[in-house]
Amino acid sequence: MSSATIQYNTRSDYRKRKNRLFYWLVIAMSAITVSPILLIVYKLIIQGYKQINWSFFTKVAPNTLEAMTANAQGEVIPGGILNGITGTFLIVVMAAIIAIPVGIMIGLFLYENQGKRFASIVRDISDILQGVPSIVLGLIAYMWVVKPVTHGFSALAGSVALAIMMLPLIIRSTEETMKMIPTSLKEAGLALGVPYYKVILRVLIPTGFSGLSTGILLAISRIIGETAPLMLTTLGSSAVNWDVTKPTSAIPLLVWEFYNDPNMANLIWSSSLFLMGFVLVLNIISKRIAAKQNR
Amino acid sequence: MNENIDRVDNPIIKIENLSIAYDKDKFAVKDINVEIEKNAVTAIMGPSGCGKSTLLRAINRMHELYPQIETKGDILLKDENIMDMSTIMLRRKIGMVFQRPNPFPTMSIYDNVIAGYKLNGIKLKKNDRDQIVEESLISVALWDEVKDTLFKKGSFLSGGQQQRLCIARTIAYKPDVILLDEPTSALDPIATARVEDLLVKLKKDYTIVLVTHNMSQAARISDKSMFMYMGNLIEYGNTMKMFTNPRNPKTEQYLTGKFG
Ligand SMILES: Nc1ncnc2c1ncn2[C@@H]1O[C@H](COP(=O)(O)OP(=O)(O)OP(=O)(O)O)[C@@H](O)[C@H]1O
Ligand SMILES: [Mg+2]
Repeated sequence: MSSATIQYNTRSDYRKRKNRLFYWLVIAMSAITVSPILLIVYKLIIQGYKQINWSFFTKVAPNTLEAMTANAQGEVIPGGILNGITGTFLIVVMAAIIAIPVGIMIGLFLYENQGKRFASIVRDISDILQGVPSIVLGLIAYMWVVKPVTHGFSALAGSVALAIMMLPLIIRSTEETMKMIPTSLKEAGLALGVPYYKVILRVLIPTGFSGLSTGILLAISRIIGETAPLMLTTLGSSAVNWDVTKPTSAIPLLVWEFYNDPNMANLIWSSSLFLMGFVLVLNIISKRIAAKQNR
Repeated sequence: MNENIDRVDNPIIKIENLSIAYDKDKFAVKDINVEIEKNAVTAIMGPSGCGKSTLLRAINRMHELYPQIETKGDILLKDENIMDMSTIMLRRKIGMVFQRPNPFPTMSIYDNVIAGYKLNGIKLKKNDRDQIVEESLISVALWDEVKDTLFKKGSFLSGGQQQRLCIARTIAYKPDVILLDEPTSALDPIATARVEDLLVKLKKDYTIVLVTHNMSQAARISDKSMFMYMGNLIEYGNTMKMFTNPRNPKTEQYLTGKFG
């Protein structure tokens, strides 16, 4: 009997030790996962906060000479990223205007045609689209828009490239959201004699609203920092531009320009900080919406 | 006609040679001929899978949602073929309540009640709207419970309240016929009793067709009963008569709990 007890104790000890080992392993893994984000945010804040002032949001990017003078005198670089903020706003809003209706319609189509051959082909294409490198989409927008439509670099071309990037995300999230809505709700609408398209517009879409908007916000936060496709399409501009057929700046493009100019180094950090903060806010909002939905 | 299927005095719906298949030539409802009495509660009974829901959903053309479903035969509402009506008109005249309460979660209680008008773009004066909402909620005995929270979301109500809200939504649209598919199967006994009382009260103004698994429920509230078995209508007549003196041996076996 005593030998059995001893054996039991050692086994339980072994289990306890194993348990503790895994506990610390999980903690270590989590720390490894979180630390890059913390380090990035820390670095951005430390290096970037000095440049974030009123003129950062109200002035366009300075030229090299201004920056060099300021640096030489140990002052903050004058000017800001207004041309980038307005450009990103213009490009992203237009991309959303293109991608949201198209993406939602395709998502609804996939939802309505579960298990049909054509729908699954469309779904596969959408999945493949998600894997296409963004620079390739930039090239495509260059060929579709820059050359034939706007005859030169333009915000519109950038929006088209970004819209294509957004599409698969919106399509997926629309389909998944619609699948979560019970069929009984659709039938409730139809049983009241409501035509099918109205049931979709006035019952299903409002019911799935938070799911749809979460998907849209996440899609926007995915594309807002895209740089490569914009280099091939919107090019950049040193002034604020609201003409969609003209070259336009964007925050990530400015980061790239600052990077290429040793005098502007400080602005890299502040612009990145701003961009990162914006994406973070979008993510938090979409998480909030999703959480509210599940309550 | 089968001698175990009685005719009724005052039919509002006539079902003629109705067959329905989900898959090609596999009929879930087989050549049914039956009439439904106006201003009465008609119960459809039978073991699971016998085709009760399938029959019920044919009456307001719900099957049209799924194009692969094959329907043969005719259904007449007040002697007019339902296939000759628009689905908007038909479903205005024949309302439906489902097994699980399904109020529209984005709409307030008030909007849920008048959803039929709202979603179909039928404009009402505010007074008329208020009146319809109040009358409908009173007739489902929900008014006192929700009159102070009319503009809160319907999904905050209890299951039984939600189901009564769904019935209110159906009667607010002033149909002639209300179809109910096991409306109490998701409810507790108290909520069930309230819905049953309600149905008995409603037959004064509406014709009610009720699918139920629950024989005692059929016995309590229905005037006419159908018994279905494997897609066939086996027996149809006065509920009292069927329960005391079933004519077909299958009906008797079912009613005495030998199967189902
Ligand atoms: N969507 C569907 N696709 C294919 N077959 C179906 C479908 N719905 C029902 N069936 C089949 O049709 C037959 C009748 O089904 P129905 O739903 O009408 O039965 P029911 O009497 O309402 O049963 P229950 O009491 O379980 O609700 C069953 O054999 C069922 O398997
Ligand atoms: Mg059923």
